[in-house]
Order: sequence, then C-alpha cells, then structure tokens
Amino acid sequence: MTLLMSHYNYWIVVALMMVGFFIVIAQGNLVKKIVGLNIFQTSVFILYISAGKIHGGSAPILNDSITVYSNPLPHVLILTAIVVGIATTALGLALVIRINKAYGTIEESEIQQRDHSC
Amino acid sequence: MLSHLPVLQVILPLLGAPACLILGRGKLAWLFALLISALSFCIAAMLLHTVYHQGVISYALGGWQAPWGIEYRIDLLNAWLLLIVSGSSTVALLAAQSSIDVEIAPEKQTIFFVAWLLCLAGLLGILATGDAFNVFVFLEVSSLSTYTLISLGPKRESLWAAFRYLIMGTIGATFILIGIGLMYIMTGTLNMQDLAQRLPLASDSSTVFTAYAFIIVGISLKLALFPLHLWLPNAYTHAPSIVTTFLAASATKVALYLMIRFTYTVFPSHFSQIDIPLEEIFIVLGITGVISASIAAIYQADVKRAIAYSSVAQVGYMVVGLGIGGVLGLQATLLHVFNHALMKATLFMALAAIACRIGVTTLTSMQGLGRKMPWTSFGFVVGGLSIIGVPLTAGFISKWYLVSAAALSDRWLLVLLIMIGSLLAIVYIWRVVEALYFKPAADSTPLKEAPLAMLLALWLLVFGNIYFGIDTRLPVSISAEAAIALQEGRP
Repeated sequence: MTLLMSHYNYWIVVALMMVGFFIVIAQGNLVKKIVGLNIFQTSVFILYISAGKIHGGSAPILNDSITVYSNPLPHVLILTAIVVGIATTALGLALVIRINKAYGTIEESEIQQRDHSC
Repeated sequence: MLSHLPVLQVILPLLGAPACLILGRGKLAWLFALLISALSFCIAAMLLHTVYHQGVISYALGGWQAPWGIEYRIDLLNAWLLLIVSGSSTVALLAAQSSIDVEIAPEKQTIFFVAWLLCLAGLLGILATGDAFNVFVFLEVSSLSTYTLISLGPKRESLWAAFRYLIMGTIGATFILIGIGLMYIMTGTLNMQDLAQRLPLASDSSTVFTAYAFIIVGISLKLALFPLHLWLPNAYTHAPSIVTTFLAASATKVALYLMIRFTYTVFPSHFSQIDIPLEEIFIVLGITGVISASIAAIYQADVKRAIAYSSVAQVGYMVVGLGIGGVLGLQATLLHVFNHALMKATLFMALAAIACRIGVTTLTSMQGLGRKMPWTSFGFVVGGLSIIGVPLTAGFISKWYLVSAAALSDRWLLVLLIMIGSLLAIVYIWRVVEALYFKPAADSTPLKEAPLAMLLALWLLVFGNIYFGIDTRLPVSISAEAAIALQEGRP
C-alpha cells in the first residue's frame, strides 16, 4: 500500500501510457490515433516533470531564505519534448487532411480496402 | 575554424535548410542543397582523418564544459558513419533533380530540398552528439522531415505510408525518451560518457535495465528490426524514388549506430540482477529477419518493394554481427553498414532511373529493359551481385567477415543460415535479372537511357561497389579500430 501511495505519480504515468498506447493500437480512426499518441507522449512529460519535484523544494530563484530547490532541468527538457510533440501532431493532422482528400475517408479499414481494390 | 568542425557538420545543413527555402526556385535550390551536402561530406572526411590520426575529438557546445553543457564527441565509430551518411546524401542529391522532375510537382520541389537538408541535419546530429537527450531531439528532426519526404511520393499510398510511419516512428522515439528519462532519474546526467561512469553504480537496479529495454525496443522500431519492420516496405515503396535511395543508405544505419552506442558505450556490459541472453536475442531476431524478409522479397511483384524487403534482411545481418559480438562480430557489422549503404544505394538508384523513364518498377514492366537501358540495367546487376555477396564486390567482404565471426564463435547453424540467406538473395535478384535480359519486351518502342546526372551517380556507386570489393584497406582498417575501441571502452 505504501508503494502504491508514495509513488502515485508513477502509477498515473503508467496508466496514461497504457491508455494512450491502447488508443493508438485499437482505434481505426486516424484522428483518434493521433489523440492516443498525444496522451502517450503526455504521460512521458509527466514522468520527467514529477521526477524533478522535491518535497518542499522551491522554484530555481536565488534567494537567501530558500535552501531546497526543485530540479529545473526536466522542465527544460520537456519544454523541448512538448515542442517536438506539437510538431508531430501538426504533421500528423496535415497528413490526415491530405489522406481525407485523396481517399475520402479517415478510417483505417476503409483506406486499406481502397488500396487493395485498385 | 578547424576546431569547430564537429558542430559545423550539423549546423551547416541545419542553417542550409531555411536558406534553401529563401533561395527557392527550382534548379537553384537543388544546386544549393547539393553544395551544402558536398560540404558536409568534406567536413566528415576531414573529421575522419583527424580522428584516425589524433584520436577522439570532444567539442563543448557554447563553451559549456561536459557534463553540464552539451558535448559533441567524435570518435572513429561516428566519424565513419558521418562519412557514410553525408556521402550517400551527396550522391543521391546529384541525381535528385532529374528524378523529382518526373515525380514531384514543380511548386513542391523547393520544400523537398528543405526537408532533405533538415533530414540530413537530423541524421548527422544524432551521430555527432554525445548527449542522450540531444539524440532524441535530432531523432525527431530527422524523423519529421522523413515523414514529409515520404508523403511527397507520386501516389496517394505515399500519404498512408507516411502516416503509418509517423505513428510507429513516434512510438519508437517516445520509447527512447522514456529510457533516457529513467536513466536521468537514476544518475542525474545526460552526457553519454558521464552516464557510462555512473550507470554501473546503479546496475543492480531494475530501473536501469528497464531504461535499456525501452531504448533498445525504441531503436529497433526505427531500425526496422524483425518483427518491428512492418512500416519499412510500405514507406520505401511509396516514397519518391530518390528519397528511398537516400533513406535506405542512411536512416537504418543511424539507428544501428544508436544501438551500438547505447549497448557498448553507455550501458554497463551486464546487469547484475537480471540475467538475460542479449546476444542470443539479437542473433535470433536478426537471422529470423534475414530469412523471412528474403522469402517475402521473392514474392513481390514490385521490384522496389522486393528490394525494400531486402533492406529488412540486411538489417538482420547487421544485428546478427552485433549479437555475435567481440571485435570480429562488431567489425562485420560496421563493414556491412558501409557496404550495405553502397549496394542498397546502387539498387535503388537504378530503380529510380528506371522509374524516371517508364514510371513504374513492377517486374512485368521491366521486361526487356536490358537492351533499352543497358547502363542502368547493368548497374542494377552489379548492385544485385553485391547484395548476394559475390567475390570482387563489396557485399562479399562483409559476408565473409560475418561468416568468419560466426564460425569462430562455433555457431555453425548460424553460418548455414547466413548461407541460406545469400541463396534466397540470388533468387530475388535473379527474378529481376531474368526480366531485364531474358524476357522479350512488351513493346518495341525505343526508350532513352536514364538522364546523365542519374547515370553518373549510379556509376559512382557501382564503381564504389567494385572498388571496395577489391581494395578493402580503408573500410577494414577503420572498422577494425572502431571495433577495438568499442570493445575496450566497455567496462
């Protein structure tokens, strides 16, 4: 029980990760796949950020009254990863628009059907 | 100036990409991209020369010393791969304009070269950097531009192939990100050299092992290692022909480099808590990939798709070498990285030339082309002989080293299976040769030989295949020293 409670942030990460991953695999709709991919990536962001938090730690502002600081580096890393995630989402959605124009559908099964029929 | 070469290697194509966009306009963009790529190649050659004679180069970005700042670290292994990647990009770009004039609309051609340079910058960045998080960033730079390049293919299937690759590639990259995060949580550092010193202290923790597992699975996705290869045949088949030439020669090699780097430099050689037969896993997955992808290649109606499956098989050989391990096994892998880049670029370049003239690359449409396009067809044959591993071609050298490494470690079944893989390669190459030379053409309309730039690029590669099959001093000595350095660096 203590393992469950003291590391609850990691449990949230694992749950989100599985949810996102499952959506990517199980959903046939391309937009939903991208939503799943986003949830999957977000779980990793939380993994990084929660690891940088120290109980009672402050933001990294130099001040004599503060003795404990949280680690700011994971935030910086994840800022980069978020930008990468946005770029991926934008590119993915752009591809979905083009696929919709070319195939007239964004359902995986129908696209595969149309590819094989011609 | 010379001391800044490690960072110039990456900055040049990275800044070249937006400059290319501003320059715009058809031929000018192409010439500019070619110039940038050729300069990168020169820098890579100078770096390799320096590293070979003076040892490892460490470059602190912005003057911030490692492990706090980002370090670019060039040793023999990544100098060798920098040369391969920038070289294949330059040769492919030489032929690019002629190829995309047929396959890509004029208004999209500038974007094409911008994406190409970004992809090159990403791949070179992955190789040059000594920082684990930097690897992830460059991996995504190269991946995102690769998806764009693939989606520019002539048919609508290219969009679907690009989307599927995007999903798989992002999952792979995120897995690597998870692995890097777990390593950071355990050690508080991202610098690879620093990680290598600190990880053994925590090697009895299952977190470190989990990090390694995530990273290896993520890289295997990018590498298209069996059974995670399903995105590759589609992506390679539907991408513009010249993009396939470039990617086949560079992208999987960079993923393989990451696998070697993380396995040999970063992680401790054994995990005290979990006993897992890593060598056997690599060998079994690799050789299964060789056999199954070679068999799949035999049954393809589209030659481009068959050769794409052959790429999965060749990746299998490289991973087998990695699994055998030791100096000889590693050397076989590093040799095959170079030789496979040569021979796969040759084959796809010949196919690009054929696609340029007849529009498709199906087996039936290629009948009788041996007489109509003799230079292109013969180039394909030389590339095919190299894939099979016929003596006096580059492919023979790496097969020879791989078989010796397997034999010296008393894995005779593996030797047999590698031989069977080569026999299967004879079958799928022979089908094409038969169509080219021994089947009558469907119609007797004369065809022009491929454009001069493509023939030039193709025959450069053909010459490379034969030259490095005879005079093996350069690749053998570099791969041997790189393998020894990796083996010694292992704690």
